[in-house]
Amino acid sequence: MTMRRFLQGNIACAEGAIAAGCRFFAGYPITPSTEVAEHMAERLPKMGGTFIQMEDEIASIAAVIGASWTGKRAMTATSGPGLSLMMENIGYAAMTETPCVIVDIQRGGPSTGQPTMASQGDMLQARFGSHGDYSIIALSPSGVQEMYEMTVHAFNMADRYRIPVFLMADEIVGHMREPMEVPDSVLIIQRRLLEEEGRKPFEPREDLVPDFPLFGHGHFVHVTGLTHDERGYPSTSNPEVHERLVKRLVQKVEGARREIAMFDVVNPDAEVVFVSYGAPSRSVQQVLHDFPGEGFGHLRLKTPWPFPEWAPGRFENAKTFIFPELNMGQMARELERHVDQPVISVPKLGGALHSPEELAKVAMEER
Amino acid sequence: MRHEILLSGFGGQGIILSSVILGRAAAIYDLKHVIQTQVYGPEARGGASMGGVIIDDEPIHYPKLRRPDIYLIMSQEGFERYGAKAEAGAVMVLDSDLVQSRPGCRYFEVPATSVAKKELGKVIVANIVMLGALVRATGVVSEGAIERATLESVPKGTEELNLKALKRGRELIIMGGEG
Repeated sequence: MTMRRFLQGNIACAEGAIAAGCRFFAGYPITPSTEVAEHMAERLPKMGGTFIQMEDEIASIAAVIGASWTGKRAMTATSGPGLSLMMENIGYAAMTETPCVIVDIQRGGPSTGQPTMASQGDMLQARFGSHGDYSIIALSPSGVQEMYEMTVHAFNMADRYRIPVFLMADEIVGHMREPMEVPDSVLIIQRRLLEEEGRKPFEPREDLVPDFPLFGHGHFVHVTGLTHDERGYPSTSNPEVHERLVKRLVQKVEGARREIAMFDVVNPDAEVVFVSYGAPSRSVQQVLHDFPGEGFGHLRLKTPWPFPEWAPGRFENAKTFIFPELNMGQMARELERHVDQPVISVPKLGGALHSPEELAKVAMEER
Repeated sequence: MRHEILLSGFGGQGIILSSVILGRAAAIYDLKHVIQTQVYGPEARGGASMGGVIIDDEPIHYPKLRRPDIYLIMSQEGFERYGAKAEAGAVMVLDSDLVQSRPGCRYFEVPATSVAKKELGKVIVANIVMLGALVRATGVVSEGAIERATLESVPKGTEELNLKALKRGRELIIMGGEG
């Protein structure tokens, strides 16, 4: 059963988090993400959960990481300037394999930029923003229903792979209201806990993910951002230990790309194919709707990271890929690495969405 | 059927709330496809605030207004910034207390602010008077839907006042001209 509600994207995100069992939120309010924190502040105490407004974003992600080690599903929500501050501890979460969800309602950058205007300028930062090699998952919703569903999914993926998972939304999707169907219950994939006698706290299973040694369960686990062995003890000058650990941090996600990646394919026979994620997907869908006879294709990436490099190949006749983004071509650059055909990046800065007319014009020229 | 409704006034009048109520009426009670958007930003605080609602029988892709066909205007600045651009085929409902200009399209007038202030005792419900008028003039949502959505969206204890505001909007609206 579902219940029809008329919700703002940011509220749908908060509701999705609660449905997924999130009971800890630490954050520092920032436009255009503030409604997520506001709604969590109202809802969580009534659910037996905890909401903390921290002194800044550095502390926010630190609190989220700490809460996660007690077994709580924990998240924060921010925008570009806050995400920049979180980067050090996001690396710490990756290194310590701490499940957590980071919601980024993107606004125009760099720096404090355009607080109230939409952007997709943090796509590479989400993937590569902290130092060292690691891998993460990023989900990109293009409507209110997906704000809800993808938040739920983000928690499942964070627990499944023991990684930070990013919900990379933007001001348009975060602030618009749409009717959505709220389900009675959602699928929850629990974290695999360390229960086996004698098993080390950072000893990976076949899927490269170690069982989670929950605090307070007698594991005597040491959690450190230093390079560590399978017991969790620092081992900072042994090249093999470091190489094995870092390769595993990357490979546990990259090796599972086919399991993780989600995308939609429309008109697979098309020669001119739009690629999109997030809000610009709505402009592309409008173009396909307005020009049904043109046979334009559309590849919509629901998970920009890890990038599904086989997805463009689903368009066997593709001659050109057109990639509208609310940035200067951050993901188009990734697509270029994986296809032989030309990639036409259609950047859009300033906060407005690509109009269907301007996208149609680009596509007509490529026919 | 598809309608694109543009609502504008000054910050504090409840223009954004009106757009949310209208969207909720269409989405929850008339079971339509709906997208509500609004202009955020400092210019919307005190300056011209703007909300947009798209109501469609078919799924809506592009979320922003493309060609508004219905306008609800509650300030002269809102008229100048948005209402003045109304196409000839559009319909406008304007607050005759606050908007001096008249559009080049069919329009209706309602003295929403003075009615709210003098008759209903709360200037804050002028936006609800306007909504009642808008629904009567355009039928863009059903009257039952706008009542239920309003009741669901206003603070407890103000239900009677808001229902009365909707009713006075319906009653007081007059045809202004054909543009």
